[in-house]
Amino acid sequence: MRDTKGFKIYRAVVLTVLGLFVLVPLYVMVTSSLKPLSDVQGAFTWWPSNLTLEPFVEMWKTVPLARYFVNSTIVSVVATVFSVLIAIVAAFAVSRFRFRGRTLFSTTVLSTQMFPGVLFLLPLFLIFVNINNSTGLQLVGTRLGLIITYLTFSLPFSIWMLAGYFDSIPRELDEAALVDGCGPLGALTRVVLPAARPGVIAVAIYSFMTAWGEVLFASVMTTEANRTLSVGLRQYSTQTNIYWNQIMAAALIVSIPVVIGFLLAQRHFVAGVTAGAVK
Amino acid sequence: MSVATSDAPTGAAAEPAAKKKRRGGPDRRPGLSRKLPYLLLAPAVLLELLIHIIPMLVGIWMSFVKLTKFFIANWSAAPWAGLNNYKVALDFDHAVGEGLLKSFGVTVAFSLATVALSWILGMAAAVALQPTFRGRGVVRTFFLVPYALPAYAGILTWNFMLQRDTGVVNHILADNLGLSSDRPFWLIGGNALVSLITVAVWKLWTFAFLTLMAGLQSIPRDLYEAASVDGAGNVRQWRNITLPSLRPVNLVLLLVLFLWTFSDFNTPYVLFGTAQPPAGDLMAFHIYNASFLTWNFGSGAAMSVLLLIFLMIVTGIYLLVTGRRSRRA
Repeated sequence: MRDTKGFKIYRAVVLTVLGLFVLVPLYVMVTSSLKPLSDVQGAFTWWPSNLTLEPFVEMWKTVPLARYFVNSTIVSVVATVFSVLIAIVAAFAVSRFRFRGRTLFSTTVLSTQMFPGVLFLLPLFLIFVNINNSTGLQLVGTRLGLIITYLTFSLPFSIWMLAGYFDSIPRELDEAALVDGCGPLGALTRVVLPAARPGVIAVAIYSFMTAWGEVLFASVMTTEANRTLSVGLRQYSTQTNIYWNQIMAAALIVSIPVVIGFLLAQRHFVAGVTAGAVK
Repeated sequence: MSVATSDAPTGAAAEPAAKKKRRGGPDRRPGLSRKLPYLLLAPAVLLELLIHIIPMLVGIWMSFVKLTKFFIANWSAAPWAGLNNYKVALDFDHAVGEGLLKSFGVTVAFSLATVALSWILGMAAAVALQPTFRGRGVVRTFFLVPYALPAYAGILTWNFMLQRDTGVVNHILADNLGLSSDRPFWLIGGNALVSLITVAVWKLWTFAFLTLMAGLQSIPRDLYEAASVDGAGNVRQWRNITLPSLRPVNLVLLLVLFLWTFSDFNTPYVLFGTAQPPAGDLMAFHIYNASFLTWNFGSGAAMSVLLLIFLMIVTGIYLLVTGRRSRRA
């Protein structure tokens, strides 16, 4: 492509239009979170009638946001840790060993990603109810149920992406480690993992984002005690009032951890996500 | 996004696999290493079985039983219904089937429009950012923000923006631009579909942009230079170099976008709450409502299986058609 005058005009137009498309919602989110309630209940204004941080204070009282925050954090962090650990060992197996069923494993696991969540939502709900009836282990309405569910959501992608990373690390390195007396797992932890650190970070962020943003299963599998942010944020709408300024403040606070994490690691993340489509 | 990768790994992994074998890889290590890969895979396999595979099989079984609210607690005792759930779902003259058919129509329209728009915007941005210029990295990162936001945070913001009296959309249309004096409703009535598409595109175009941008980077510079020397303008270069080079990327990307949008639950659920307008009644959401509002899981399961069969047929045809064409090319 040449940087002709026509191209520069094209670029300016595209970037302006798309920039506004992206920016306006973000702008509305931020400014509305700084407005008094009377502002968001009347006609829209581009600027608050008077700037206030009150929504950021009030939002913790209107709904038990802190509890939802804690729930979301515990569920997402634990699901991420286990998901990444399980993915690492599975990806190591797929990348470093030839064994019977290897292709079957990869295709089956990856194809489960294609299925719409609503397809296994109902049966999973019933299975969890059944497990509760027969063993007393409560999965519906507890964090454990959500953790187990969420950690499988990012697993196929994580395994595939890490296997790709591991493949790109020369086998000679871990073979040398084996010669030096490491077992296969020693080779994994001492040689392969450190070299694949960007991949591990990207996969961890992906897992966290998946769990943090999940709506469908959270809407069915949670009760008041273990409700996560994705469902809890709806409760700012009451019969009499919709606290839009507090909703926007809460949405902003909830977004900050993932957006920062994502932007910090986006280089690795983007490379990992897109590699599959491009190769 | 994981789906994006579902095709690729087989292709991507096949090559290094072959290389390893030639080097005489792990097969020469006896004993533990024969069992080790299975041990390493066991946790992943167990969890996938528990959360995905078994529920899916149970779901298929559920679609053949009369699983109403009376049998939820003791669902293995639910009476056999044969094909009855399917008959009800596909009887378009009655309420359930008619609702499903309408929802299907809405979903097709929603998916096609969302995929097309996301692809066009993603492509436009990726091409605009192809040559390096000052601030390119900043713009790129900025474009990624909608994708990084948790879905519900972004959609809730749109919900606020689309409110009739207090939202920014009507404020821009009516007050700033003076285009419409009667502030339209965006979340009920016929406009609901337009809103749904807009929000979905806002969230998704970035993914298309990311993927296409990576694809563009893998096209060799000298192709463009040669074309420039031959006097081809930017538009011709795009048609004759960019588009054909991106073919494999586009094939995967469009399929993934379609599968996602077709089973999108978040957008209608967060945008409309449980009182969805008919014009915004997407399939995944319809099935959810049909199951949990009436507590008729059998019929919900039958609808889910129908949705899955449809997606598999579409995927199959798509892979067949595009696979053949790319082999011919």
